[in-house]
Amino acid sequence: MKIVVGHLFPDYLNIYADRGNMAVLARRAAWRGHEVEVRGLGADNAVRPGEHDLYYIGGGQDREQELVAPALAAHGEGIHAAVDGGAALLAVCGGYQLLGRFYRDQSGDELPGVGLFPLHTVAGERRMIGDVLLECELEPGDRRTLAGFENHAGRTYLDGGAEPLGRVVAGFGNDGETGYEGCRVGRAVGTYLHGPLLPRNAWLADWLLSQAIAHRTGEVPTFEPLEDDLEAEAHEVSARRARTRGGRY
Amino acid sequence: MALRVPLAAEIALARAAAGLSRLAGIGGGTTLPGKLLWKLDPGAVDRLADRLPQGRALVSATNGKTTTSAMAARILGPSFRLAHNRSGANLVSGVASALLAARDAELGLFEVDEGALPEVARRLRPRAVCLGNLFRDQLDRYGELELLAQRWRAAVSSLPEATAIVVNGDDPQVGDLASGRRGAVVFGLDDPRHASPELQHAADSKWCIRCGTPYAYAAAYIGHLGDYRCPSCGHARPALDIAARAIELNGLESVSFELVTPEGARRVELAVPGLYNVYNALAAAGLARALGSALDAVVGGLQGFSAAFGRFERIVLGDRTLLVLLIKNPAGANEVVRTLVAGGSPRLLLVALNDEIADGRDVSWIWDVDFEPLLGGLERLVATGERAAELALRFKYAGLAASAIDVIPSLEDALDRGLELTAAGAELVALPTYTAMLSLRDLVARRGFVRPYWEAAA
Repeated sequence: MKIVVGHLFPDYLNIYADRGNMAVLARRAAWRGHEVEVRGLGADNAVRPGEHDLYYIGGGQDREQELVAPALAAHGEGIHAAVDGGAALLAVCGGYQLLGRFYRDQSGDELPGVGLFPLHTVAGERRMIGDVLLECELEPGDRRTLAGFENHAGRTYLDGGAEPLGRVVAGFGNDGETGYEGCRVGRAVGTYLHGPLLPRNAWLADWLLSQAIAHRTGEVPTFEPLEDDLEAEAHEVSARRARTRGGRY
Repeated sequence: MALRVPLAAEIALARAAAGLSRLAGIGGGTTLPGKLLWKLDPGAVDRLADRLPQGRALVSATNGKTTTSAMAARILGPSFRLAHNRSGANLVSGVASALLAARDAELGLFEVDEGALPEVARRLRPRAVCLGNLFRDQLDRYGELELLAQRWRAAVSSLPEATAIVVNGDDPQVGDLASGRRGAVVFGLDDPRHASPELQHAADSKWCIRCGTPYAYAAAYIGHLGDYRCPSCGHARPALDIAARAIELNGLESVSFELVTPEGARRVELAVPGLYNVYNALAAAGLARALGSALDAVVGGLQGFSAAFGRFERIVLGDRTLLVLLIKNPAGANEVVRTLVAGGSPRLLLVALNDEIADGRDVSWIWDVDFEPLLGGLERLVATGERAAELALRFKYAGLAASAIDVIPSLEDALDRGLELTAAGAELVALPTYTAMLSLRDLVARRGFVRPYWEAAA
């Protein structure tokens, strides 16, 4: 089957090796006999619900995020409708912030967001930089860990009742205080974790692919496991880093 | 509060620390004495620098500062006794250590960490400053590129008019530092035959620094370095004072080019390869000329240059050789890859990824490197270092079969494996990150094949 991925603003938002995430999605789909077609989405393409099975948006430096924010906000309606229609989505770092309601910078100015995730972000004084380890339960009863790296000045505050992506085992997380990281709305997941995220957390790549296929077929497929020794080892090393040095200024 | 001790006493104490550091076997004393002096009295660095009768010159860049300084040292060496931090210890402490070690130096030549440039420039009051490029590098340590560029702008604008500024005009952020400064020297490449067909993934400053519109490139050479113009507001590469034309790349061996200067043009044969070394040579030429070197001395120095510490270094290990090419960020690593491929892709590669502070704790940058061109000829990868598994994943998802990858975190075991896979008389190519490079050199030094870095640096 062909899985169509809409990569939002790839020229602007690509700072933390986001293409590593794309490579993992494409290879793991191919190893199971599926094809991933990545289509770049910029200011000139409208997001037409139903056209893409999975959306991806990465992070950028402040300057790039400012350049892209108005155009992204203009896609807001399309992104909402697409996710409501069952498309999967992964937003990392800056992309995660921009899909919230707004980002307030140090001078108090607000950059409007898409409002897909029920949260807002406020620029803080000190950057939260380091390795992170999360515990997640995207499917009831199926506990998994995510290992990555965070580097953000923004403090992200979830609205009451919003579902975080996971609980912080080691690291800062959304705001360095509540002990939660990321946000999840249906098949949409937002997180500060890069590194990139998917190579060392192959289970999440598979979850996203299965949700994307479900968007197309209406049924969540069960994948045969792949040979993931290297992925497991990279995850283990990264998790160990988080435990020994994550969450410290 | 700093203790008020006479400068001579501070110097003696800090120099003794260098000897102790070597005796204790914990290093070369390339940063410890400077750190100690710094602790005793931060102002001592300024006063030590003041003693250099010919003043100080600084070199900074994301990529190429060690090589550029080494080339400049080669040019300036015959005319001046230099204080030079040649092993790459480039924070204030490293500069201070080099000042301490060079007792009767006349001229200071210092490569300076990009983040440390404002403070070093403030303390050393340089006669000349050479600025090469700004690429994304260790975002976990330096923060965002834009922030660094702002700090550079502030540092340059606070330098007195008399300080000579030498900048790479091909980098929009860096070239702009020349604007409004009389006598600034701008260098760049002028040979579109060597332009990339498209902007590389690692290009950073792609948007006009004035108005945010994407630049149009007549030629993009490395990352975002090239001949750019903003189609909207017209901001463009400044006119070049020093340029390289008619560049001939000769694989892994060498590169030659016509060095065009206000004094005339001369053909230069460099014994190191790649376009990035042409940039380094232009930077060194611009700096040396700003310090008074004649074109003959510049050409002679550049042609006499072989390699800087761990950057394209060939080490003979019995009947095999080890070729060490430092990788530390996407733009630099891309050029290493491009140079390797131009020399005929190696079939075996040892790549070492560490994640210490000096390497960057965030290893995501390896996913921004275009390793893919190497896969055409690569049959086996020895992945090593603390993040060996992550590196292996980078190549696996690029398309290399997992069965073609040896994951050996121990550098010593990986080196042995690499040498075992290398035929007698052949060369093993190693791409280490910074701390892995130091460890690798240390390993071969212990086996007696190369001098320890503090001796090589002396």
